[in-house]
Amino acid sequence: MSDSLTANLDFEKNIIEVEDRIKHLQQLGNNDNLNFDSEITRLQTKLERLLKSTYSKLTPWQKTQVARHPDRPHTIDYINGLITDFTMLSGDRAFADDNALIGGIGRFCGQSIVVMGQEKGHDLDTRMKHNFGMAKPEGYRKAQRLMDLADRFNLPVLTFVDTSGAFPGVDAEERGQAQAIASSIERCLNLKVPMISTVIGEGGSGGAIAIATANRILMLEHAIYSVISPEGCASILWRSPDKVKEATEALHLTAQDLRKFGIIDEIIAEPIGGAHRNHAETINHAKEVILRHLQELLSFSGEELKKKRTEKFMKMGRKFAKSE
Amino acid sequence: MNWISEFVRPKIKKTSAKEVSDNLWTKCPECGQMLFNKELEKDYFICSFCGHHLRLPVETRFKMLFDNSRYRLINLPKVQDDPLNFKDTKRYIDRLRTYRRSSHNDDALSVAVGNIDSIRTVIGALDFGFMGGSMGIAVGEGIAKACDFAAKTSAPLVLITASGGARMQEGMLSLVQMARTTAAINAFKESGLPYISIMTDPTTGGVSASFAMLGDINIAEQGSIIGFAGARVIEQTIRETLPEHFQKAEYLRDHGMIDIVINRMNMRETLARILKLLIAKTN
Repeated sequence: MSDSLTANLDFEKNIIEVEDRIKHLQQLGNNDNLNFDSEITRLQTKLERLLKSTYSKLTPWQKTQVARHPDRPHTIDYINGLITDFTMLSGDRAFADDNALIGGIGRFCGQSIVVMGQEKGHDLDTRMKHNFGMAKPEGYRKAQRLMDLADRFNLPVLTFVDTSGAFPGVDAEERGQAQAIASSIERCLNLKVPMISTVIGEGGSGGAIAIATANRILMLEHAIYSVISPEGCASILWRSPDKVKEATEALHLTAQDLRKFGIIDEIIAEPIGGAHRNHAETINHAKEVILRHLQELLSFSGEELKKKRTEKFMKMGRKFAKSE
Repeated sequence: MNWISEFVRPKIKKTSAKEVSDNLWTKCPECGQMLFNKELEKDYFICSFCGHHLRLPVETRFKMLFDNSRYRLINLPKVQDDPLNFKDTKRYIDRLRTYRRSSHNDDALSVAVGNIDSIRTVIGALDFGFMGGSMGIAVGEGIAKACDFAAKTSAPLVLITASGGARMQEGMLSLVQMARTTAAINAFKESGLPYISIMTDPTTGGVSASFAMLGDINIAEQGSIIGFAGARVIEQTIRETLPEHFQKAEYLRDHGMIDIVINRMNMRETLARILKLLIAKTN
């Protein structure tokens, strides 16, 4: 949790003050054998109340900030917490290994699976290594070849989505970012194994849906999933980066809104105060929900899974279509 | 999503579209020569001085591709307008109304059926003049309809794109149209019929990163801007000037993404030849 000091959220000012005071009293108690237990208990009750009231009514912009919090569990944390015997597989077998999108094989609750997701990194070095979770065409081609492997050995696919978007760069364009994303979506649709995608932080546009065209789409309670970043939307439609909060509201990018629109299937509850306050509890919640969906999907044949996935996406938006 | 600059200036777009119909002259955006509108239309909106391919109305496109300029428009399903109740500096519903009035179309996509050198073909075309050809539910629904209609009537499918990408004003409902159109194309391909993608200026964002890039054959009109991210976004990210011809059709062909870069004047002949090769396998 390297950046906690720099990553404080503006709306958490009161919360962090109380947290700091508790920490301070605990340290004093430890060092001087003084007893602050009653004061600490009082502060902890206050903290819980504050966290509850703040997190039960986060605005879309506050959720965006929480979804991007650097201390939030990332794909690597979910893999470490959920997957045993994880064996990382590298490269797209064509050009390069893209560390922005990591993946491999392993076991989830005993079941062999293919797992992959965008990894943002947690400090400067790892962020550079993982290119801030912004994959290039080789990342999306790695995703496709991992899906080939899943189909060949009949392994369910779990993806974790956490990206601000596909990398916008000359090299990415040269190597066909658009084609790589398009064919990755197509590859997802053709899978004959269960596929479950979980948006754990930021679901950024085409770079997200490239690995989220799944049988089930789950979303963390404070995660966001959007057609464009609020910043991009504000600068294009409002022509002013200051309008980012308005853009965030207008885009309806929260898990709660997307559940209403039928874009996602289930919301995974976060601990009070957000996933960044309790990784273990978050990952455990995710495990329960993913396992339940996986068990349901395992009862279908490969052809049925492919058909259901296609139908799911063919229907999206259709309830907003009037009959001809 | 990525949006090319023109899309964010719907008002300017509107005036320029008007200029074409009201005024006698259009200035070539490439060489700056003044082109007489009647001549320009006859030349399929190709600059007679530099050969630059200007954007052209969907109707002209259909007329130049189908035999004897004859075709029938397919009715596309109506969708609920503005599901998000989206408002930026202007309400989305008002923008929609404005574009509907000026374009005489419900949304950016038109689908037509007709013959190309006697091969019955379904063509869908995006109108860049309608909110930057952006893809929302209506376009997704229309592409699905085109795929379904073509498959059911055993006609090859041609989709002609001109789009800034997904339509932001419909939020995630527009992003998922990437998956939906891909699913529709996927289902169409299972019919064994050819899907030809023709990318015109510009084809970017969620449209290039879904059905446009998935043609059995990918064709691009010469000089078109085609890519995923907008050039400005890339410039801001890498803080370098972009290479010459970056994201031009020829650049994409040279990097392996496009099969054929084509002059608009040869499009009908090329399409007819390709469709015949893929369908009428012996002659």
